[in-house]
Amino acid sequence: MMDKLIFGRYVPADSAIHKMDPRSKLIMVFLFVFVIFLANNVVSYALVAVFTLAIVKLSKVPARFLINGLKPVLILILFTFLLHLFFTKEGELLYKWNVIEIYSGGLRQGIFISLRFAFLIVITSILTLTTTPISLTDGLETLFNPLKKWKLPVHELALMMSISLRFIPTLLEETDKIMKAQAARGTEFSSGPVTSRMKAVVPLLIPLFVSSFKRAEELAVAMESRGYRGGEGRTKFRLLRWERKDTYLVLAICILGILLIVFRT
Amino acid sequence: MGEMGETIVKLEQVVFKYDGQERNAVDHVSFEIFEGEWLAIVGHNGSGKSTLAKLLNGLLFPESGRILVKEKELTEETVWDVRRQIGMVFQNPDNQFVGTTVQDDVAFGLENAGIPREEMITRVGDALHKVNMDQFLNQEPHHLSGGQKQRVAIAGVVALSPSVIILDESTSMLDPKGREEVLETVRMLMEERGVTVISITHDLEEAARADRMIVMNQGSVYKEGTPKDIFLLEEELISLGLDIPFPVKLSSSLREQGIELSQIHLTDEELVNDLCELISKM
Amino acid sequence: MRINLQNVEHKYQVNTPFERAALTDVTIDIPSGTYLAVIGHTGSGKSTLLQHLNGLLQPTKGYIQVGEQRITAGKKEKNLKAIRKRVGIVFQFPEHQLFEETVLKDICFGPMNFGVSEEEAIRLAKESITKVGLGEEILEKSPFDLSGGQMRRVAIAGVLAMQPEVLVLDEPTAGLDPRGRKEIMDLFYSIHKDSGISTILVTHSMEDAARYADEIVVMHKGSVFERGKPRDIFSRSAELAELGLDVPNTVKVQLMLERSTGLKFGRICLSLDELTSEIAASMKRGDLS
Repeated sequence: MMDKLIFGRYVPADSAIHKMDPRSKLIMVFLFVFVIFLANNVVSYALVAVFTLAIVKLSKVPARFLINGLKPVLILILFTFLLHLFFTKEGELLYKWNVIEIYSGGLRQGIFISLRFAFLIVITSILTLTTTPISLTDGLETLFNPLKKWKLPVHELALMMSISLRFIPTLLEETDKIMKAQAARGTEFSSGPVTSRMKAVVPLLIPLFVSSFKRAEELAVAMESRGYRGGEGRTKFRLLRWERKDTYLVLAICILGILLIVFRT
Repeated sequence: MGEMGETIVKLEQVVFKYDGQERNAVDHVSFEIFEGEWLAIVGHNGSGKSTLAKLLNGLLFPESGRILVKEKELTEETVWDVRRQIGMVFQNPDNQFVGTTVQDDVAFGLENAGIPREEMITRVGDALHKVNMDQFLNQEPHHLSGGQKQRVAIAGVVALSPSVIILDESTSMLDPKGREEVLETVRMLMEERGVTVISITHDLEEAARADRMIVMNQGSVYKEGTPKDIFLLEEELISLGLDIPFPVKLSSSLREQGIELSQIHLTDEELVNDLCELISKM
Repeated sequence: MRINLQNVEHKYQVNTPFERAALTDVTIDIPSGTYLAVIGHTGSGKSTLLQHLNGLLQPTKGYIQVGEQRITAGKKEKNLKAIRKRVGIVFQFPEHQLFEETVLKDICFGPMNFGVSEEEAIRLAKESITKVGLGEEILEKSPFDLSGGQMRRVAIAGVLAMQPEVLVLDEPTAGLDPRGRKEIMDLFYSIHKDSGISTILVTHSMEDAARYADEIVVMHKGSVFERGKPRDIFSRSAELAELGLDVPNTVKVQLMLERSTGLKFGRICLSLDELTSEIAASMKRGDLS
């Protein structure tokens, strides 16, 4: 199941997009979300499509990945398409059967909205597919840094996120071990009636909580012993480097926005 | 054992009690640690040896008595300076790995110390080279063995170039290969950098490599001396829940059989040489 | 109860780029009442092997005969629970599996899952807590208020209370101090002797393998490198060294002594007493000179 979910996964490759600063990618995606709403005719959607395809091409992410990534949301896209198709009553009537009436405006609207949806998913997937979770965290930390003025614990949040990322594989491994130990004591996780399966979760969750708390405690001690005392006066090992291509990326999305405003009808 | 260095850490009548416990976990403990030595603190589980480690690193503070590090008393005010002098490697390899990759983890302590990035890069590289983990810079922790993770933890400590390294049961969760890797790394660090090592352990083979040993029992120092002095206690050690190294056991068992070894031996090699000599005299 | 593994292969993550064979063609017969030690360095397939013994993992080829039941590759075995009742596993750091409010409830958890009545489970709990060297008063305590060593014993009692016919031990003494280690190993040995169950010990300690096991299986790269009596296995120290495995201390010293004196002892010494008497006998006979 996890293998099919591509959203939030990182696929290592050597591409221009992979090498970009996570901040420029974050800004691009953020702006894209707004810019795409400016598109409202064939020309503007074509422009958005060109932009999206260019990003995909540059990222060297195999198309198969993106198509797979779109699959889970396909139903949602289809649903929005049909919704617009049947309920938008604009333009000329194209087809009528019984109560079902399809107007050209509905068709148009349905296609546009579905495309908008698909583009959004492709672009956000590209962000996570080309950026390691830890660089994303770094990028977010730096971007949100100004918010420290308003007492937002940016550094702490980023640290929490990176530690969580670090411990996900450890906890998965631990879950597997405890499940096996309890299965050896007669717990059935994958067969039997639903109620007994729900009950089987208790002998798994409690040890998992206990060990996670113990880990957290030991980790806190280890961090303290290694001189951690909050974000004050800390230097950073991971360096984010803003290069010319990052500026180009942000410029590109801005230009797209301007063009969409120009071509907007 | 070589000549003794200056006193680097000194404990004076240190007492510590955990909340809700009747007995003192550490009970009027005094001893000194000398620069450049390898001191092993042994004792069964619950003898107070790990509490001692936490006290030395200012993770706990004594109820009474004091701890001096380079003649400076360890207090809430000096604790951050002391931690830069005394690095600590803990028992569980997973629960002290903070970074998402090997190099990030080694850098963690340096970031905390506010070391400029350029210097950090060299220090991280050097430290990982020292523990022979430099080919794993970008590796994630769940792809490493326990021994490798502990070596990264040692690198994290070494990068801050402390004067003292405390190994708090750092080898107890490792397989024999991992244990050997870690101990070998520590031995090399002592030789090359002259760091003082305090290893807290119940592994007697590990303790036998130390210059000096302290046996803890019920929160107090039971005995202090060279490994040889300590292992001569034999039965006493066993009654404390500890063990004695194999050559010592064999030496005394042979003596009981009337074989006149020159002394009790700590290593296989010494014992075998002694036996060979006996034989050649026959 | 006899366990028989025939040409067992196990691949992890089949049909993915991460496919990896952890066991390749493993055939081991474990007759009833055997004390078998499995040695091999980390990654040799020991853990994967032991998880096959009670159906926690299923083979991707071959089969495992557990008593009358057979776990065959590719076939879904319906009654794994019956196998798990008969084959108890004490995992590494078993205290991590404790979860109940009281020690009593935790020990009763296994037996009751296997359909034992509550009264009977309580009786078994009392019996096994004494077996592991703890007092009955501990039964009412929370397992999380105990010391590490006590938790380990409680977890072991939880497996013993299932009354398994085969006991599988995965480094059951990891992290314990020397006294705790010896007590636990002696405990398993006396259970093995008294109740005649088979014991399968996965260990890094060559001393334990030499001392307790009737037979040793050496695992290497997912297959059985060799199998034999401890004395035979440890007489091949050069082969073991190539696999990165040690021999017991007694053998190490014996070999050093033989090398430097040119003498050969009559047998490979597996205990301190054996080695002492061999050395003493040779010296008395004067044949060392």
